Amino acid sequence: MSDIAERVKKIVIDHLGVDADKVSEGASFIDDLGADSLDTVELVMAFEEEFGVEIPDDAADSILTVGDAVKFIEKAQA
Amino acid sequence: MRRVVITGTGMVSPLGCGTEITWSRLLDGQSGARQVSGFEFEDLPARIACYIPTGDGTGGTYNADRWMEPKEQRKVDPFIIYAMAASEMALDDAGWHPKTDEDQIATGVMIGSGIGGLEGIVEAGLILRDKGPRRVSPFFIPGRLINLASGQVSIRHKLRGPNHSVVTACSTGAHAIGDASRLIALGDADVMVAGGTESPISRMALAGFAACKALSTRYNDEPTRASRPYDRDRDGFVMGEGAGIVVLEELEHAKARGAKIYAEVVGYGLSGDAYHITAPSEDGDGAYRCMQMALKRAGLSAGDIDYVNAHGTSTMADTIELGAVERVVGNHAANISMSSTKSAIGHLLGAAGAVEAIFCALAIRDNIAPPTLNLDNPEVDTAIDLVPHKARSREINVALSNSFGFGGTNASLVLRRYA
Repeated sequence: MSDIAERVKKIVIDHLGVDADKVSEGASFIDDLGADSLDTVELVMAFEEEFGVEIPDDAADSILTVGDAVKFIEKAQA
Repeated sequence: MRRVVITGTGMVSPLGCGTEITWSRLLDGQSGARQVSGFEFEDLPARIACYIPTGDGTGGTYNADRWMEPKEQRKVDPFIIYAMAASEMALDDAGWHPKTDEDQIATGVMIGSGIGGLEGIVEAGLILRDKGPRRVSPFFIPGRLINLASGQVSIRHKLRGPNHSVVTACSTGAHAIGDASRLIALGDADVMVAGGTESPISRMALAGFAACKALSTRYNDEPTRASRPYDRDRDGFVMGEGAGIVVLEELEHAKARGAKIYAEVVGYGLSGDAYHITAPSEDGDGAYRCMQMALKRAGLSAGDIDYVNAHGTSTMADTIELGAVERVVGNHAANISMSSTKSAIGHLLGAAGAVEAIFCALAIRDNIAPPTLNLDNPEVDTAIDLVPHKARSREINVALSNSFGFGGTNASLVLRRYA
C-alpha cells in the first residue's frame, strides 16, 4: 500500500473503530464498515485535515469506499 | 389518575458507579469532593469539585467503555454517557427489557440536563474560530443537545413511547420524574425511564458559576469541608457530576409482572418565584407553595412527612428553604429529619433532583436518613433534625425532595412507602 493508503486506512480505523483487516481497498464505509451518513461527513473532514486538500461536497458524495478516498487524494495531490 | 411506583434505580455519582455503592458510602459519611484537575485551574476562584471515581469498573468505579463504545463516546459529551450508564442500571434493576411492539411503545424516556454539553460547545467554538465552519464536526450538534440523552437511551433500549426532556436548571431531575409520572398517571405510557444527568466540571462552567458568586471558594485546600449546608461558615456550592435515573411504572403494570417496588410517587408540586434570575425570593414563598402543592396532590398533610431531602446547596439560600419547610410543617417540626446530601456529593445541577429522589426512595426502604456533613455550627436554631454528621435510623414512610433552580423554578416530589 502507498503512504496515502496507509494514512487513509489509519483514519478509517480510528474514526469507525473497526478492525484493520476489514479496511480493504474495496470496503464500503456504510455497507461494510458500519458508518452512517454523519460518520462519512466526519471521515471526509478528517481526510481534508490530514492531507491538506479540499474535498467539495459533490466529490465527497462519490467517495464511498476506502479506495475511492485514496484515489481522490492521490489525484488532488498530484 | 393511575398510581405510579419506582421499580428501578440507576446512578453514577461522585460516591461511585451504582445506586447501592453510592448509598452505602453516603450513609458512611464519605465525601466525593477533591481538587479539580485535567484543565487549567490556577486562576479560577473555585478549584474543587465532586468527581465520579473512574477506573476499570471494579470497586464502584465508573468505566465509560462499559456503557458506550469508545468510538461512540468520542461523538458525545459525558452527560450522555452518564445517562446511558444510569439508564441501563435502572432498567436492569427493574428487570424491564421490552421486546414486543406493545411493550416498547408503552415505555418512554424523559431525561433532562441543566446545561448539557457545555464543554463540547466550547471546543467547537474554538474550532470554528481557528479553522472555520468546514471543520465543525457533524456530531457537534447531536453530541451536545440535552434531549439526546433521552434519544440515545431510547435508541439503545428500543423505547418507543413518549420521548421528552426537561431543562430547568437545578430542578431538572425532579421535574423530569414528576412530569414522567404524570404521563403514566394520565395513561400516555405505562413505564418511563426518567431522571437527570450532568457533566459540568470544566473551566468554562467553574468560571461561569463563580462569576455568579455561587461557588465555594474558601475551602480550596480542604475540599471535603467545603459543602456544608446550614453551617454558619458555608460560602457556596461545590459542583458535582453524574446521573440519576429511575424506572417509573404504573402500579398494576408493576404488580402484574411481580416487580420490586421501591416507593410510590404520590406528590408533585411546581412553582415559580417570579423574583430574580439566580436568587430565591427571600420569603421562601415559591418553595412553600411548591411543597404545599406536592402535599395536596399526595393527599397528605405536613404531619405525615418523616424525611425531607433538602435542596440545601450550601449557599445563603439554605436558610430560606429551611424557613419555608418550617412554615409548611408548623408544629410537626420536631418529628421531621431533613438533610442535604449535597454535603457529600456536591451539587449535580440537572441531575441533583433525580439522584436525591432516589435517596428518598432508599431512605424509605431502609428507614434511615442520610447525614448532612460538615454541619458543625448551624446558622439558625430549628426544631427540625438536620441530621448532622451521621446518618439517623428512624421510621420513614413519607419523604419529600426539594429542588430549586436558577430562574426561580421550583419542584417538590413526595414519595411514600408502598404497602
